[in-house]
Amino acid sequence: MGMTRRTWLAAGVTTAVAGTTGLAGITTLIEQDTPSKQGPFNFQDLSPRELIRRRHLPNVELVTQNSERVHFYDDLVKEKRVVIQFMFARCKDICPVITHHLVKVQKLLNGRVGRDIFFYSVTLSPEEDSPQDLKRYARTHGVGPGWTFLTGKPDDILLLRKSLGFFYNDPKEDADRNNHSGMLVVGTEPLMRWTMCQGGAKPEWIATVIQTEMDAPFHGAVDGIRQADPTVNFQNKQAADGRVPAVHVHKQ
Amino acid sequence: MPYISKRNRRKEREVQQALNNRLELVKERFTRRDLIKMGLMTTAGVLIPKSGLTHAQVVSSSYGGGGCYNGCDVGCSPQPNAVFVDPLPIPPQLPSRPLSDPGLQFGAPPQQFPNTAINPATGLRYEGRGQFNGTLRPGTDYFQFFTQYPTQKYFVQRMRSNTTFRITSDTNIPAQTIWGFNLGGSDASDVATFPGPTIVTNYQQPWLVRRFNELPTQSQNGGFGVPEMSTHLHNFHSAPESDGGPCRWFFRGQYFDYYHTAQQAGFASTHQPSGDINESLSTLWYHDHRMDHTAENVYKGLAGFQLIFNQFDTGNETTGFRLPSYPQFDIPIILNDKLLDPATGKICFDTFNFKGLLGDIQLANGRFKPFLSVNKRRYRFRVLNGGPSRYYELFLTDPLSPSTVIPFWVIANDDLLPSPIQVTSIRLGVAERYDIIIDFNQVKNLIGSHTKVRLENRLQQDDGQGPSCNIFSGGQGTYCVEFQIGAAVTDGSVDPATHPQFYQLPSIITPRITRNFKFDRDNGQWVINNRFANCNELRFTIQQNSAENWFLSNPRNDWEHPIHTHLEQHRILRRSNNGGRYSSYSGSSSYSRGGCPFGGGGAGISTQYPGVPNVEVSRKDTTRLQGEEDVTTFSRFRDFVGDYPIHCHNTVHEDHAMMLLFQVQPNVIDNNQYP
Repeated sequence: MGMTRRTWLAAGVTTAVAGTTGLAGITTLIEQDTPSKQGPFNFQDLSPRELIRRRHLPNVELVTQNSERVHFYDDLVKEKRVVIQFMFARCKDICPVITHHLVKVQKLLNGRVGRDIFFYSVTLSPEEDSPQDLKRYARTHGVGPGWTFLTGKPDDILLLRKSLGFFYNDPKEDADRNNHSGMLVVGTEPLMRWTMCQGGAKPEWIATVIQTEMDAPFHGAVDGIRQADPTVNFQNKQAADGRVPAVHVHKQ
Repeated sequence: MPYISKRNRRKEREVQQALNNRLELVKERFTRRDLIKMGLMTTAGVLIPKSGLTHAQVVSSSYGGGGCYNGCDVGCSPQPNAVFVDPLPIPPQLPSRPLSDPGLQFGAPPQQFPNTAINPATGLRYEGRGQFNGTLRPGTDYFQFFTQYPTQKYFVQRMRSNTTFRITSDTNIPAQTIWGFNLGGSDASDVATFPGPTIVTNYQQPWLVRRFNELPTQSQNGGFGVPEMSTHLHNFHSAPESDGGPCRWFFRGQYFDYYHTAQQAGFASTHQPSGDINESLSTLWYHDHRMDHTAENVYKGLAGFQLIFNQFDTGNETTGFRLPSYPQFDIPIILNDKLLDPATGKICFDTFNFKGLLGDIQLANGRFKPFLSVNKRRYRFRVLNGGPSRYYELFLTDPLSPSTVIPFWVIANDDLLPSPIQVTSIRLGVAERYDIIIDFNQVKNLIGSHTKVRLENRLQQDDGQGPSCNIFSGGQGTYCVEFQIGAAVTDGSVDPATHPQFYQLPSIITPRITRNFKFDRDNGQWVINNRFANCNELRFTIQQNSAENWFLSNPRNDWEHPIHTHLEQHRILRRSNNGGRYSSYSGSSSYSRGGCPFGGGGAGISTQYPGVPNVEVSRKDTTRLQGEEDVTTFSRFRDFVGDYPIHCHNTVHEDHAMMLLFQVQPNVIDNNQYP
């Protein structure tokens, strides 16, 4: 599977020149790399975490509201607990509601956002939302620290949106940005634990779901082994006062 | 009419192969637009006929017309080549255990109030009962009627990982890791299976199941699965503390006792002291119900059958209703469609899909396209749609003569009908069960010298949202199980053609109130009456021992929802069954599910209940809500108090989160008609 982007593009050019019949040429290239549909197969020993990364967490380059360049997987998601949602700055209906809920959730999470939980809002309108627009939107809505707003190249945003499951088969339904603005992806990347939460729900419930998702894996231990593998790394940030974040544990 | 009228097989195969390389493409940061530019993908969606896949499974991907764009997707799975060579696995029966069993004595023997003592080995309470969304909430945790109906039978189950599970004898396909239920033993040799062991119980013999959560850590989930468990006994008349509701999950290292009175509904109200015989339940299943994670956990293997017998439905064909004897001639079959990862050959699940997940590996009792040797006589099959999102229209097909019409009998739709109904097909939404009688003697007469018939799903479904209107012609659908017909043997079971009478349908009385429930979408979120799921919010209160009508509506024509109600069964009083033409978005026919009323498998529509197929004049716990349809149901709410959910049983919709909680309380009048 060693095909490079350059090879693929070269193949694409061939197609464009040769028209439909050019497909045969491409296929010859591809067949060498593609497993057949019936055995024997050439299965690989890929970790499920790696497969999730490849399929759902593309390492696209994004730009924050502070005009910093970041990579989605490497910088934002890898070894982190995250909440991801989509919005756009000129959105009049659903986005302000969800943002308002998340501002409350951020407060309910009591300092954890930016420390061991990270919020990301990605624009659905990269063509029109500049970092400054996103910064203004965040300030207008009272967004606190540890919550990053992101824009990027339209194709990269599209790939990110679809990879995270925000798409519809019906093109018209898919083109309606409001349809991608209600749900929150809630994930703990190193533990391969992902779900979605309704952004329209009450903030208290959203906060409960997020905390439960993040903390339940650390609840109790069996035969000395915690729910989460102790060798799994988390990239948490130290709080301003220098204390290391404690794992939240439900009261017994 | 076939879905693909003109096919360029070679071109499609080439496109398909190209799309298999999506892993590389994502790594190289290609977009779909790049692919289209390159001519590797069609904008209209890629259709992939290929060996091992049938029309019904050849669909545009859930990725919006991109074939294997997502890797773990329909059209991508490596196909086993062992077709109808593996025997249909029959799940073992769960043995009952004496109270002295170490599993039942662990921590403390079962008791009315949960064992909240801390287990020093885990730092957790021994028992998870009483936890609500992970934290202790006393007061809703003690067993109702525990002393009035003393436990007579005890069972133990341990949820474990099984890393050597096989879906096929084709050794090109690797062993799979599943999570499942074992036979209750503590030895490592007592491995978990899928389907889980069948729990066989009897009415008026109260039982208790102690379930241990011995699953691996979260980071060992293999890509999906959350080791926090709530085991729901689907359709039993259970108290909330033993119902296995979505918010009552427990942790790894804990156990949870599930106690059931084993009485028919009405035992503490309308029909004391043992309930209404006409509310007897027969084919149930148990499955994980963890809020937000049900789909992946059930997909992982946490499901099994439970059968309940009584003095009429005895399991012995010489007594009572004389239905075919269990277990020789009474066989449960759970149907699931799975995906295999094209990169690893392992079962995969897309946790980022919130619209519904289809598979292209059809399993029956956990096995890829198995066969069952049968004798020339009558059999009872308890057919369950185990999800996650596919609908089935099941026919019997003679593969050598696919146009031959082979009728069979429905005796139960979720539960027993008043009398058998002859059909040519059955329609199952997720979680629905049909008990059918197939008389292989008559089948053999129809197919002449041929010796095999297959259970075939002829319903076209292109994505997880719901089925299309199209029923394939015989042989063009997906075969699920092959029956290989052998010699004639003695048959003591009742002949459905003689119109035997089973239970009468429970009477319908004037409801205290009619409540309305609109199952809809709002900015990509599932809502019921425009509100969201919440474990901490009980949306309405039903007066204990009252009856209600519920008006369920689906305003969208491009989604279908199997709606499941806990606590009591319901009757369907009316189905609009019209199929609307309204389209919220495009109005394009390719996304419309409207306009295709359900015909009822050839058995017609009721003259008494408008729009309701005769096979649905039954006792239901899960009712399909078709595109732009409304359905009126009737239920009593008896005996127990506490909280229960109503939810969509497309498990992917359920998780994200088409659900609400209600409660039943005495002496509370709540007249909210739009809760």
